[in-house]
Amino acid sequence: MSVEAVDTNREDVLISSALPSDYYRLMKPRVMYLVIFTAFVSMLLAPATINPLIGFIAILCISIGAGASGALNMWYDADIDAVMDRTAKRPVPAGSVTADQALSFGVILSIFSVMTLGLMVNWLSAFLLAFTIFFYAVIYTMWLKRSTPQNIVIGGAAGAFPPMIGWAAMTGTVTVESIVLFAIIFLWTPPHFWALALFRLKDYENASVPMLPNVAGERSTRNQILVYAILLALSGTLPAILGFASIYYGAFAAALGARFLWLSYNVWKEGSKKNGYSFEKKLFGFSIFYLFVIFAALGVEAIIMRVVG
Amino acid sequence: MAEGKFTQETVAMTDAQKKAQRARNIVIALVLVAFVVLLYFGTQAKLGANILQRPL
Repeated sequence: MSVEAVDTNREDVLISSALPSDYYRLMKPRVMYLVIFTAFVSMLLAPATINPLIGFIAILCISIGAGASGALNMWYDADIDAVMDRTAKRPVPAGSVTADQALSFGVILSIFSVMTLGLMVNWLSAFLLAFTIFFYAVIYTMWLKRSTPQNIVIGGAAGAFPPMIGWAAMTGTVTVESIVLFAIIFLWTPPHFWALALFRLKDYENASVPMLPNVAGERSTRNQILVYAILLALSGTLPAILGFASIYYGAFAAALGARFLWLSYNVWKEGSKKNGYSFEKKLFGFSIFYLFVIFAALGVEAIIMRVVG
Repeated sequence: MAEGKFTQETVAMTDAQKKAQRARNIVIALVLVAFVVLLYFGTQAKLGANILQRPL
């Protein structure tokens, strides 16, 4: 009997060269950081205490659940990721991880994160996490993203759930406060992504993804950005109005909201291809800063209240 | 029985593939150990003193 070595570059021989870092990238780390941050802030705000280890497990499960939905998104969207500059280097289109491996990875992480959250924390938060993964992977990725220009409006709910899950992990309930935190992220998503879509128009066009600017036109997109900016600026101050943040937070959020509104107004009035989409880029940059700072302010205030009061 | 050369194919991995496989194995091992430790201490934290109350 002789033993022959097979050429591992042959097409029917699949030997993975994927590194752990490729799998990590499947989880969309930057989205995960945002999820960890917003969930953590809502846990600080919640009127309850939790064992630190159980709190840590809750955040870990929420972030891994978010990572799982990222992997499922990359599994399903590999075809359009491959033709867009921004996403062409993701692990599946780049060839370092196969679509099947991404799918298995996403499903396994989903099951483990939801079950662990349910067993170790509570089942309401586990249910919300499962629903979030389903919403992002099935409702947004498989259905809305390729079929309607309102894709990111409804799909944005998936990114808005983590504070609600964090709140449910602490209190075992869904209350007005957690719905307000949900609303801030939900209303923030459309102007954030549409500002990006305006200056990345070609990318989405090439991938045949029906983003608002290439379906309804730039004018309509700018109108809608302005409407959402008004709603966002108002919702940003709601924590102070409803009494779960201070008047200082309220003033700070109002100032940030005014800035957001001003930049959106510029996009609405002046923004165009002629000036290199500079207003859109400015709004996109500021939108990331806005969300981070709003939640940071809520978090800092919650820490102070826990220490002092 | 017919005579003939009986061959068996095997796979010779490249160095990069071996290195990647080893890195994946190490990370999987670490994650599994961390998961067990987390559940062990998490269960104690969740049950607290009730951990000693076991109906016979």
